[in-house]
Amino acid sequence: MAQTQEIEHQEQAHTEDLSFIRRYIFSTDHKVIGRQFLFSSLFFFSFGGLIAMLIRTQLAWPWKEIPVIGRTLYSSTGNILSPEGYPALVTMHGTIMIFFFVIPILSGAFGNFLIPLMIGAQDMAFPRLNMLSYWFMVPAFFIMLAGFFVEGGTAAAGWTSYAPLSALPTMIPGSGIGQTLWIVSLVFVGAASIMGAINYITTIVMLRAKGMTLFRMPMTIWALFITAILVLLATPVLTSVLLLLFFDRTIGTTFFLASAGGNPLIWQHLFWFYSHPAVYIMILPAMGMASDIISCFARKPLFGYRPMVYSIIAIAVLGFIVWGHHMFQSGMNPILGISFMTSTMMVALPSAIKTFNWLATLWRGQIHLTAPMLNALAFVSTFVIGGLSGIFAAATPVDTYIHDTFWIVGHIHYVLFGGSLFGIFAGIQFWYPKMFGRMMSDFWGKVHFSLTFITFNLVFFPMFLLGMYGMPRRIADPSNYNFLAPVQGINQFMTICAYILGLVQLILIANFFVSLVRGKRAVDNPWQANTLEWTTSSPPPKENFHTAPVVYRGPYDYSSPEAKEDWLSQTREPAAAPGD
Amino acid sequence: MSDVPSTTGHQHLTPVWQGIQTPKFAVWLFLASEIMFFTGLIVAYLNLRTNSHDWPVAAELLSVPLVATNTFILIGSSVTMVLAFDAADRGKHRRAAYLLLATAILGTLFVSIQAYEWSELMREGIRVSTNLFGSTFYTLTGFHGSHVAIGVIWILAVALKAFRGGYNRNPLGIELVGLYWHFVDVVWIFLFTIIYLI
Repeated sequence: MAQTQEIEHQEQAHTEDLSFIRRYIFSTDHKVIGRQFLFSSLFFFSFGGLIAMLIRTQLAWPWKEIPVIGRTLYSSTGNILSPEGYPALVTMHGTIMIFFFVIPILSGAFGNFLIPLMIGAQDMAFPRLNMLSYWFMVPAFFIMLAGFFVEGGTAAAGWTSYAPLSALPTMIPGSGIGQTLWIVSLVFVGAASIMGAINYITTIVMLRAKGMTLFRMPMTIWALFITAILVLLATPVLTSVLLLLFFDRTIGTTFFLASAGGNPLIWQHLFWFYSHPAVYIMILPAMGMASDIISCFARKPLFGYRPMVYSIIAIAVLGFIVWGHHMFQSGMNPILGISFMTSTMMVALPSAIKTFNWLATLWRGQIHLTAPMLNALAFVSTFVIGGLSGIFAAATPVDTYIHDTFWIVGHIHYVLFGGSLFGIFAGIQFWYPKMFGRMMSDFWGKVHFSLTFITFNLVFFPMFLLGMYGMPRRIADPSNYNFLAPVQGINQFMTICAYILGLVQLILIANFFVSLVRGKRAVDNPWQANTLEWTTSSPPPKENFHTAPVVYRGPYDYSSPEAKEDWLSQTREPAAAPGD
Repeated sequence: MSDVPSTTGHQHLTPVWQGIQTPKFAVWLFLASEIMFFTGLIVAYLNLRTNSHDWPVAAELLSVPLVATNTFILIGSSVTMVLAFDAADRGKHRRAAYLLLATAILGTLFVSIQAYEWSELMREGIRVSTNLFGSTFYTLTGFHGSHVAIGVIWILAVALKAFRGGYNRNPLGIELVGLYWHFVDVVWIFLFTIIYLI
């Protein structure tokens, strides 16, 4: 008894007398907050994925009884999805994956965990603001989930919530209170994002370790930095237009109601003014992480570091002037359409610079095909397909044909699943040892990767074919259209592959949680990488670094003739310095 | 070890970049996001107004002289705010605290006159749901007014701390609330122009 008390006492002394709640729930430590974001966004990833399974089931076998889940969800309609339930599923899948998974896991989880560690700071500039940012997400989670339990169900106007469908409470069952909850939830998400962005930008500008000049920052940090600027400037516009929509629904204003002189196009313009930059908010951090991972496992310096930085900046700047390409079919002046087409196609230039630089980094490298590296390579290859298909969609004449078809669905999933998600898989497995002090199984990582990569392509590539065939998106029942009868087999094939893709993710989840307790203990620098986070212990102490790091070089000195090993930590003094 | 890194043990309490302290930098970022917020509102307003064929003439519905006076009150409160920071910077802390109090009073006066203006307009039958003019008018002035109200609360908190000598060593807190206050003031000059004058 006395012994246990003593151990407890020692532990308490070690953690500065913080209670469990202060340490793990209301923590101001960026590493804990990053993990909070990680776990909650992975929960929503599973949730959004299950909704995708329902969507695919309906598209393959319309109006058939749904086994197991149908009994709980659709008991009132005989275990069958209801016609108004389908748009609700599509809306929730998009909303949850974008606002509760991809954005919070990239900026919230990786941004929080990596920024102070990779720039050599002890914590964020404003730790309490950081905590507040997470706790603004929590009400957003509950408000969005509450939509499932209210009359009329969740919002059903699509994740884009175009007015007037979203502005009139009586339009469809989902435009009732579910839509209002959707708006309120996203206002909370926006506030959390802006707080995070202010913190990230300030931290990167102010708290870099000695010697960590801007052009010695790893690409991950550059990407998160530029992303935070996008969040800071784009999100408030979404907040403003969400509030206007909220007023239309609650206090009788008519901003988006053409019947009373309002203009529904304002919603589209301002929504996309946020949501196009949001596409880059969802891809740039993955680009940064992939750059670091590819350079590390090719054991070669990143090819063209500065052009990589400048192209991220160029993508971000262009991101603000291309939003109109989502609106080519909304009656836009054709001349305006051409200018949006041109600016959109210009995004291909910096994107191509990045792609060629990744390839040049791999060229003649000593490539180590670890699980994170495989995912990073998948990121590059599927991003190319997603990006090139984006150029097609940017051409106004082509868009006339493919607009609102499954072609667009294929495009977004190649960019967000093929791009961001493989980047996230790579990032999780690469930084897992630093986050949790243990290694994930590389074998199971490779199994997960191979199956995911194959089934991903089998699910999403046929979407391009369906789109070219003319299948519209957001339709609950393809069998209503005679011309779609010949491709129904493709739909069923995709659904079966989607089930496998969904099941395969269980391997990742199992690998993640089993490794938490059974994984091999991680050494400080298991990948022999150069960046600062690998110079401290795994997991890092509360203050991150036992002694403050001093940076002497860039992050990509792999296979340098200066050293016997094929890596050179950023903290390694130049050879000429005494004592080396 | 001549170049001991600044991050040894603990970082600077307030690190400085290009002469800007961390909290000030963050407030600038916050204000940048606020500018984008009001830009969204203003763009929506201008779009609706230019597309409308029967937009009422503001001067016929609204009392421009009253609101012009109110505008001068708000600009005046920015002046007292500048003087407050100047006084704090020179070490005249008592004077700074009273000037902050004056700023808060002027801000309260602004909100009160706006409330009076709203009630008058509602009595004339123009409500937020009456027409687009009402929708945009109450939304834009309402968001600005709530920013002023939040600013008044913030200033009162700062003034209270100033009376207790909380800024005797470092007047940064006064400067931060001042930045916000001037921002709110500038936004009003834009809103006054586009709602009342043109």
